[in-house]
Amino acid sequence: MAGDKEAKARWADIEAPVFNETAFTAPPPLNEATVAVVTTAALHHRDQESFLPFSADYQVLDGSRRDYVMGHWSPSIDMTGFAYDMNTVLPLDRLDELAADGTVGAVSSHHLAYHGVQQDLSALRLDSGPAGAKRLKDSGVDVVLLTPI
Amino acid sequence: MSTLAHVFEAGGIATVTIGLVREQIVSTAPPRGLWCDFPLGQSLGRPGDAAFQHRVLEHAFSLLKAEAPVFEEFAEPVRDDGTTVMSCTLPPRYDPDVHPAVDEARGLRPAYDRALERFGNRIGPGRAIDADTVVTAVEAFARVAEGTPWEEAGIPGVPGEPGIVSRVSLDVRGYYEMAALALSDHAPESWAGVRWFLNETETGKVLREVRAKMRDSGAEWIDWFFVTPADASDDEVADEHPRGPTEA
Repeated sequence: MAGDKEAKARWADIEAPVFNETAFTAPPPLNEATVAVVTTAALHHRDQESFLPFSADYQVLDGSRRDYVMGHWSPSIDMTGFAYDMNTVLPLDRLDELAADGTVGAVSSHHLAYHGVQQDLSALRLDSGPAGAKRLKDSGVDVVLLTPI
Repeated sequence: MSTLAHVFEAGGIATVTIGLVREQIVSTAPPRGLWCDFPLGQSLGRPGDAAFQHRVLEHAFSLLKAEAPVFEEFAEPVRDDGTTVMSCTLPPRYDPDVHPAVDEARGLRPAYDRALERFGNRIGPGRAIDADTVVTAVEAFARVAEGTPWEEAGIPGVPGEPGIVSRVSLDVRGYYEMAALALSDHAPESWAGVRWFLNETETGKVLREVRAKMRDSGAEWIDWFFVTPADASDDEVADEHPRGPTEA
């Protein structure tokens, strides 16, 4: 029987990278910070290229739009929650509310999506990951909320 | 997800990481990690529950006050009970001369269109086929289930790039799950829509048979593995391939 417990059990023992040192960047106060979302749910806009199964590239999500599409390849994920409410993966409405009440300084105009299915993480670690970080840093982002699929 | 946290922190951006698979977020140890016992696909917990989502964000952002790497757990789990099935009334048989899956797919079109208007198309057709081609795809899958070799069954896009059958099957499943949202008219419980599609609908049963037939016929892994969710019978094959989200 298909279910979340079975899906997680299959993924729990996938070898995960271990970092000997943990980089740690001190953020500004949250009410002064610009926040972006980075997700590995392989989201994209309909007019963008979808993700290939093991693509290490990222897509830039325009925060002023709401036409996000789930491009993830795995069928072992329940996507109906995202279909019903995009905030369950990409909480931009919630962040807008936090910005409106002053909890968050600002919400970034752009966000990033990667594909969570990877064979080799070296491209993410050495290429598309640093490129995405630089893109957000250069646009004034101070804090990133990372959401999985 | 946790790997990217390390990368982004090294790039000068503070991160807060939500993790759903405890073993992975503990192992990769992002600088600020919050394990949420939520189903895959629901990183913020309950769809349609803004108050719950705000509690998750409040806890996550509180980790920014830590002065050293920190890992915490969110206190309110949301779990799939493994049995709940979305309650949807399927349309009655209309044309007894066509395969029941084809009749069913045709009958669900009005519900799909209502869901499209209400929610937009976030998970439905568009990967490989459009909504107008779903019935054609179901006809082809039904032929495979009845014994036609998958390469000869007329699946839209075949022959095509590796994995095209999986993309078509996800489009069909998305069409059904969107229709289910319109038919049930409430926030879906975790996996209830997936179980409804796979076990309650004629097309779900057809796709399970298609996957088994493709696997048994020696089709390439990428062509059959993603047609429906993996199960225990795939363990030997799956050990040789990525099975889902690594900690990107």
